[in-house]
Amino acid sequence: MSKEIPAHNLSIYVANRPGALARIAQTFSRRGFNIESLVVSAGATGDFSRMTITAKGDEAGLEQIIMQCSKLVDVLACREHTDEEVVARELALVKVAVDSAHRGEVLQIADHFRAKTVDLSEKSIVLEATGSSEKLDAMVDLLSKYKIIELVRTGKVIMARGERET
Amino acid sequence: MSENQMNGAEALIQSLEKIGIEIAFGIPGGSAIPIYDALYKVRRKMKFVLVRHEQNAAHEADGYARATGKPAAVLVTSGPGAANTVTGIMTAYMDSVPMIVVTGQSVRGMLGKDAFQEADIFNLTMPIVKHSYLLKNANEIPRVIKEAYHIATTGRPGPVLIDVPKDVGTEACTAELEAEMNLPGYKPNPKGYGPETIRQIADALAKSQRPVIIAGHGAVLSRAEKELRQFAETLQAPVATTLLGKGVFPDSHKLSLQGLGMHGTAYANRAVVECDLMISVGARLDDRILGVPSQFCKNAVKIHIDIDAAEFGKLVKPDIRCRGDAKTVLQDLLPLLKKGDTAEWIKRIEGFKKKWPMTYAKKGGLHPPQVIDALNKLTGGKAVMTTDVGQHQMWAWQFFRCDKPWQFISSGGAGTMGFGLPAAIGAQFGRPGETVVAIVGDGGFQMTMSDLATAVIHKLPVKIILMNNHYLGMVRQWQDMFYDERYSGVDLEGNPDFVELAKAYGVLGLNLKRAADIPKVLKKALEHPGPALVNVEVVHHEEVFPMVPPGKPLEDTVLCHPRRKPGRPAGRKNGPAQTGKKNA
Repeated sequence: MSKEIPAHNLSIYVANRPGALARIAQTFSRRGFNIESLVVSAGATGDFSRMTITAKGDEAGLEQIIMQCSKLVDVLACREHTDEEVVARELALVKVAVDSAHRGEVLQIADHFRAKTVDLSEKSIVLEATGSSEKLDAMVDLLSKYKIIELVRTGKVIMARGERET
Repeated sequence: MSENQMNGAEALIQSLEKIGIEIAFGIPGGSAIPIYDALYKVRRKMKFVLVRHEQNAAHEADGYARATGKPAAVLVTSGPGAANTVTGIMTAYMDSVPMIVVTGQSVRGMLGKDAFQEADIFNLTMPIVKHSYLLKNANEIPRVIKEAYHIATTGRPGPVLIDVPKDVGTEACTAELEAEMNLPGYKPNPKGYGPETIRQIADALAKSQRPVIIAGHGAVLSRAEKELRQFAETLQAPVATTLLGKGVFPDSHKLSLQGLGMHGTAYANRAVVECDLMISVGARLDDRILGVPSQFCKNAVKIHIDIDAAEFGKLVKPDIRCRGDAKTVLQDLLPLLKKGDTAEWIKRIEGFKKKWPMTYAKKGGLHPPQVIDALNKLTGGKAVMTTDVGQHQMWAWQFFRCDKPWQFISSGGAGTMGFGLPAAIGAQFGRPGETVVAIVGDGGFQMTMSDLATAVIHKLPVKIILMNNHYLGMVRQWQDMFYDERYSGVDLEGNPDFVELAKAYGVLGLNLKRAADIPKVLKKALEHPGPALVNVEVVHHEEVFPMVPPGKPLEDTVLCHPRRKPGRPAGRKNGPAQTGKKNA
């Protein structure tokens, strides 16, 4: 890709009703936006959900998506947040194929990124890491020297800093 | 379930009545039998109309709403019954028409198992509804109906779909019919602006020397015609109306430019090109009126008033955006308005009107505008007119003179052929004492003509004026103008004898073949107490002008076929086509 398409952080607070996710996903797909990551979880009260979406696309399209999402009957709020405005975290589980000969090196990398060992077998190790997406990218990058068997990432969750609403 | 306990379907019908739905259109089927059983058992006031195709049911509900401002219900079965409503729902959605669509569904235990006549209509219709529900239990019904009505009719109106599994209809509903809504995310805001926005608009208007007002469906829906007129007259600004805005500003008013856009008047388009300020009142500024969006009112101040914030900047980036109900905004704006000094501008526009008048051919066969014009005279411009989609629609829009809103009913955004007849049926149900005329083409009419039966059964005196050119005329016009006359798939050979067809249904059928007979034949149809169809044998080759060719800005409005000498096409000898040049 010659031109880098900017990624945007969107946070959507939505009534927990059937179809809400599909409606939101449609507003993205219809306008040709690719959703990079999507996290849906319960809000502070059970009737509401929090969606954090990272998507790539142009500014004009993004403005439309925010307005179209805001207009959905189930959506209470839809906001874009710059990286500076928020704390952003992601969790990754990485299963690396490693025998006893190389386990020490892998654990050293894990230690550097403050990743925890959550499963260990003769031939593999599962690491759990939390942090910014960039930090996780860097860790995965280093681990890819070994054989990564599986990688599962939650996608980014964000929360606005200070008094700001997410 | 005890004797006097209601089931879900009965709660549904009673809730619809309670909320004020006066009429329902539909066709039953296996999954909808409980709903139809409830119609039989508990219906009191609501009228029910059995139609001949579910698409028509939706168009009829649509026509009813556009004629009255009140939503109607559509009651259909699952699978194909529900799927057939899709075109009708889309048509209503694109044009912001309120509607409650109730679809039967397979029993809950069979959902997602490809049961007989199971279709996932909830997801199928998701992009074309304002909101939708898939019911999980009968106790939700009173609340859902109340919410559906509220959502359909407030803010920017639109269709709401409720999918009712058969066993939700048959299980006991113990909930009170008086239900509380629970819509924490729904915030229709007729006043989503502050006083500073109003002041900004007033300041911009005060500075303008060449203002143009564009009025759309939003102005109709908010019933802003009085305020709009006051606004235009105080400002002394010309008003162009969109297809769906027709009538919200009187066509006969001195300040009226009539329609604008692809087939708008040349003077409306020129006024928009030359204005220094454009204020849109309840128009969404769609591609058919913009020409080239990036060049639309390029150097003018653009003010956009819309109740739907998602319309701002969709195609045109406004300088001032004002989210609110058209009537409320104008009411707040009027006290701040200064009388406009636009005499020069108005004089210039008068000049445009003289230079490029809306005229039409009268010789060499029958021409659709002649018939529309005759209808103006015979009905005093008081008829409710519905149209199909295509050339006849544009001629109807251009030449029908109406001074009131809720009078011209046409599928704008969706451009749904076949809309005219069912919409007229719906409109006639809503306005029983009035003359309702459907202007249709031979192409579109054949898509939904089965509902002639509905008109006959209910003794609806709808008048169908069928502009029969034996072609899909608008496509042929494009093929003619932009595809080197390669007519592909537009010849409607095999058309039936429409007069005989009408008779077969018990509709008065009349032929109109000569211009001299226009008043006589139309009068006969209009005076007939029941439904009537006039088959008008119009010239086969005729194009709608003015026209902004696709992909061109409004500056490039043409008045006749660019490749043909004026007068060459049959019947255009005395027509408006004096020049193939741009109008400026």
